Amino acid sequence: MPDITTIIAVIIMVVKVVVVTQVIFSLPMPLTWIERKIAGHIHVRLGPMRVGPHGILQPLADTIKLLFKEDITPAKADKFLYKIAPLVAMVPAFAVFVAIPFGGEFIVPFTDKVFTLYISDMNVGILYVLAIGGLSIYGIILGGWASNSKYALLGGLRSSAQMISYEVALSFAAIGVVMMTNSLSLVDMVKSQGDWFWQWNILYLPVGPVWFVIFMIASLAEINRIPFDLPEDEGTLAAGYHTEYSGMRFSFFMLYEYVAMVTVSCLAVVMFFGGWSAPIDFREFEVLTPITSISWIYGLFGIFWFVSKVAVFIYFFMWIRFTLPRYRYDQLMTIGWKILIPISIFNILLTGLMRIWA
Amino acid sequence: MEQIFFYIFAILAVASAIAVVAAKNPVHSAVYLIICFLQVAALFILLRAPFLAAAQVFIYVGAVMVLFLFAVLVLNVGKERLGEQIHHQSVIVIPAVILLLLMMGILVAKGRLTAPMGAFTEKALEKNTEVIGKMLFSKYLFPFEVVSVLLLIALIGAVALVMKEKGSQD
Repeated sequence: MPDITTIIAVIIMVVKVVVVTQVIFSLPMPLTWIERKIAGHIHVRLGPMRVGPHGILQPLADTIKLLFKEDITPAKADKFLYKIAPLVAMVPAFAVFVAIPFGGEFIVPFTDKVFTLYISDMNVGILYVLAIGGLSIYGIILGGWASNSKYALLGGLRSSAQMISYEVALSFAAIGVVMMTNSLSLVDMVKSQGDWFWQWNILYLPVGPVWFVIFMIASLAEINRIPFDLPEDEGTLAAGYHTEYSGMRFSFFMLYEYVAMVTVSCLAVVMFFGGWSAPIDFREFEVLTPITSISWIYGLFGIFWFVSKVAVFIYFFMWIRFTLPRYRYDQLMTIGWKILIPISIFNILLTGLMRIWA
Repeated sequence: MEQIFFYIFAILAVASAIAVVAAKNPVHSAVYLIICFLQVAALFILLRAPFLAAAQVFIYVGAVMVLFLFAVLVLNVGKERLGEQIHHQSVIVIPAVILLLLMMGILVAKGRLTAPMGAFTEKALEKNTEVIGKMLFSKYLFPFEVVSVLLLIALIGAVALVMKEKGSQD
C-alpha cells in the first residue's frame, strides 16, 4: 500500500492532466471564431455576425453541424487506417503539453507544500516536445494515403516532404536555444532567462533574433499554415489530405491544426520570450519586494503573462495567414534547404563562439 | 510494477516486429515498424535513458519512417504475396528460429544472459543528457567522430549517385 503523500501526488498529477487537456480541447472553438473575425476585419468586412452577438456562438453552431454530418468512408479506402488517422494526428498534439511549463512553482498558502504549474519537468523537455509533436505528421500521411484519392495522397506526400525539410531547421533553432540556455529542460530554459525583458533569449544579441526568425518560419511550415500550407492548397489539391473526410473526423484534423498552433506559440514564448516571467521585474519596486518568486501571487501572475504572450503569437499566426500569399512548392523547398539550413549552421557557429567569449 | 510494463512493451515490440514482416501491404508494414520503434523507445525509458528514448522517437519515428513512407507512397509498391518471395526456405527457417528462441530462453532462465546497469548508479542517471554528452565528448570521442564521418560519407555518396554527370544530359 503506497503512503498518503504518493497518493496525493498522483491525484494532483491526474487533476493537472485533466485540466490542461480540457482547456486545450476547448480552445479551438473560440480560436475558430477569433480567426474568422480577424480574417473579416483584415478583409474589411464583418466576419460571422448572425449567430449570437457578433457571431460569438458561431463555433457552437459549427460543432453541432459537424456532429450531425454523415461520417463517410470512401468505398476503396483502407478502412482501419482511414478511421484512425485523425486520432493519430490529434493525440500527439495533446501529449506535447505534458512538458510545457505554464508557470513556475509556488508554495500553497498556509502549508509548506510546493505546487508546480507544469505537469512534468523533463530532463529532455525540448527533445520530447519536438519528437512527440512530429508524430502528428503520420495522421496526415496515413489519412492522405488511406483515403485512396489522388488529391488526398498528394496532400499527404507534400506534407511529409515539407515536414522533413523544416524539421531540420526547427531542430537547429532548438539547438540554438539549448546553447543559449544550457539546458534541454523547458523549465530550466525559462529560469535561465532573466526577469527583465532584455535578458530574454530574443534579445541575446546578435544570435537571438536570428534563431527566433528561423524558429518562426520553420514552425509556420511545421503546422501547415499559410504561407506554407501546401498540403491543403485549395487551388490545386481540393482540400489536400483531408479531402475525403467529413463530420467529426474532419474536425479532429482541424482540432489538431489549432492545437499545433497553440503548441508552437507556447514553445516560442518558452524558448525566446521568458516563459511566465513578466517583461519587467516588479519585485525591484519598493512596494512589491515582499512578493518572492515562490509566493502564490507571483505564480498566478506567471500564468497571466504566459497566456498573454501565447495570445500575441496566436494573433500573429492568424495575421500572417490573411496577409501573405502562399509560396510555390519549389520556393518552399528552396527556403527550407538553401536558406534556413545554411543560416542555421552559421548561426550555431556564432552562438558557440559567443558562449566561449561572452 | 516495472516488470509488468517491461513485458507489455516487449511483447508489443516483438509482435509488431513480426507484423512488419507478415503484413502484405508495405504501408501497413511501415505502420507496424513505427509501433515497434515506439515500444523500443518506451523500453529505453525503463532503462533510465530518456535521452535515448527521445532521440529514438525524434530520429527513427519522426524522420526515418516519414522518409520510408514517402518512398513507399511515391513508388506505389504493390501488395506483396508471401509465396513469391519465400520458396522452400521456410522449412529450414522456422525450426532454426524456434531453436534460437529456445536457446535464448534457457540462457536467460539460467541467468547466463544478464544485462548489468553499467558504471552508473540510478542517481547519476538523473542527469542523463549530461552523462551522455560528457561521455561522447571525452571517452568515446573517437568512435563518435568516426560515426559522424561515416554519415557524411553516406550523404555525399547519395548526392554523387543522384547527380548527373557533366555532359551526359540528354
